Amino acid sequence: MASLGNSAVSSPTAQSLYRRRRRGNGILLSLSFAATIFGLAWLFLILAALLWQGFSGLSPAIFTEMTPPPGEGGGLLNAIVGSLIMTVAGVVIGTPIGILAGTYMAEYGRHNQLSNVVRFINDILLAAPSIVIGLFVYEVVVAPMGHFSAFAGSIALAILVIPVVVRTTEDMLNLVPNTLREASAALGLPRSVMIRKVAYRAAMSGIVTGVLLAIARVSGETAPLLFTALNNQFWSTDPNAPMSSLPVTIFQFALSPYPEWQKLAWTGALLITVAVLALNIVARTFLSPRTSK
Amino acid sequence: MVDAVMTGLRSTGVDSSKLKRMSRLRSGDILFNWVTFAAALMVLVLLGGVIISLIHGSIPAFQTFGLGFLTTQSWNPVTEKFGALAPIYGTVVTSIIALVIAVPVGIGIAIFLTELCPPWLKRPIGVAIELLAGIPSIIYGIWGLFVFAPFFQTTIQPFLIGLFGDVPGLSSVFAGPPYGIGVMTAGIILAIMVLPFITSITRDVFDTVPPVLKEATYGLGCTTAEVVTKVVLPYSRVGVIGGIMLGLGRALGETMAVTFVIGNAHKISASILAPGTTISASIANEFTEAVGDLYTSSLIALGLILFVITFIVLAAARIMLARMNAKAGN
Repeated sequence: MASLGNSAVSSPTAQSLYRRRRRGNGILLSLSFAATIFGLAWLFLILAALLWQGFSGLSPAIFTEMTPPPGEGGGLLNAIVGSLIMTVAGVVIGTPIGILAGTYMAEYGRHNQLSNVVRFINDILLAAPSIVIGLFVYEVVVAPMGHFSAFAGSIALAILVIPVVVRTTEDMLNLVPNTLREASAALGLPRSVMIRKVAYRAAMSGIVTGVLLAIARVSGETAPLLFTALNNQFWSTDPNAPMSSLPVTIFQFALSPYPEWQKLAWTGALLITVAVLALNIVARTFLSPRTSK
Repeated sequence: MVDAVMTGLRSTGVDSSKLKRMSRLRSGDILFNWVTFAAALMVLVLLGGVIISLIHGSIPAFQTFGLGFLTTQSWNPVTEKFGALAPIYGTVVTSIIALVIAVPVGIGIAIFLTELCPPWLKRPIGVAIELLAGIPSIIYGIWGLFVFAPFFQTTIQPFLIGLFGDVPGLSSVFAGPPYGIGVMTAGIILAIMVLPFITSITRDVFDTVPPVLKEATYGLGCTTAEVVTKVVLPYSRVGVIGGIMLGLGRALGETMAVTFVIGNAHKISASILAPGTTISASIANEFTEAVGDLYTSSLIALGLILFVITFIVLAAARIMLARMNAKAGN
């Protein structure tokens, strides 16, 4: 390469041009390398701070005691349980709707206009600001009921689950080879049975991945819970009453002036991050054996 | 047609239990089709519901303030005078700061991943970038408030104030005491948050450039930098812009991280180091404490403005990316 350059380049002006191009190349490539280091550094800085600040507060009391009043020690039990309840409820409500909608788009209306419109709208819902979803649920659930409730929080989370699941279900069903569908049709299977017994089974790991990613997404969501589930200082499993959740508790405690609350906020932040990143990694390993095939 | 088959089967003497099972299968088939159809419609209904409920909720605010709501800066819960200009300004400025930082870095990482990176390193870096995208926004918020803002306050802000203090024009942009929290801090945190989105889409779009184009350019004796700037970027321009718009959509609507570090001040300052507010941060901070219908309605009107802006940006992004995909398919 270099020798070719030297033999082809003879005059001094051409040689300086060649050097300038080499220099330009070096600059761009070092910049791109620097950008990569810069981008990855944030991940490590954030994780390091979380481990540093959150780990010291980790104790059995976190999982056995309620959130304390200001100035006292305590745990995060009601917030953890509240988060679990609302996340599970949100996923249970949102997943079937998401899977069915994805099924329609991939199996029944693969190329029709409705599917195109739904896909477009779904992509917008996927990236829509979650606080707007919170406002929507406030308008249609909280305001008519007259009070904040865990139920409203679950609905808000379900609305965030749906687009994620729709997207992955459709993508994964599209990957199922048509020969499988034709073979089951040739055996006389009705279409719905084919979808449930053949297509779902073939796309199973991908759909599960979508659900896991949806759980990972909603378990850290704060904005849609702020004015739906609100918060609760005390133990509550009543779906009709305000319920505490980890993200909202972190929000409230971190912005408080009390060091004990701030400490709990860091520990809560560490718990959420570990859970979300673990879900992400599990989801990816779930998917990888399929895509490599 | 199925009916014809059924009568055919009946006449050939298939026993009735089998017939009953088949008709049950058939009604199940139709039912399943309708249920999936209804679920697909549900997605549309959701979006329609969001728009209608926001419009409905914001009617009192627009009735009281008219379109002046969009151009008024005052935000006074006591006298019930509300205007959206300060939050809109904050949202736009923080998003611009975020893109100014995240776009070059994101494209740089994408160039590194597609052109430079040894194959064994591609996957770990790709996963790390996606993990960055997976971290919940509240984590960025608490990190920004307790770790980044103090650092920013003691090192970078005094440096910027000193550096631009004597430059006419820029001195007012970088003016003021170093608070730590403020518009620029929020913009930087947003940059970190949208970086993974811009990176992964830019990388995917770069991957759609046909290898033969790149090989032909290398064959002419071009350097990697020339291949990237003269072939890869022009070919994938629409897709890269789509990715940037998608990142912009995220930045505009991001709530929690911004709420922590922007300072929640309803005013427009010339300095980007001063505290400000964004649409989403105002809603998050004030909605549960809002007393009176007009206050609540004004916040919902803010939500409507935010939704309309992000809808336009995201729709444009999707259309651009779809055009890119169609090109890759050809």
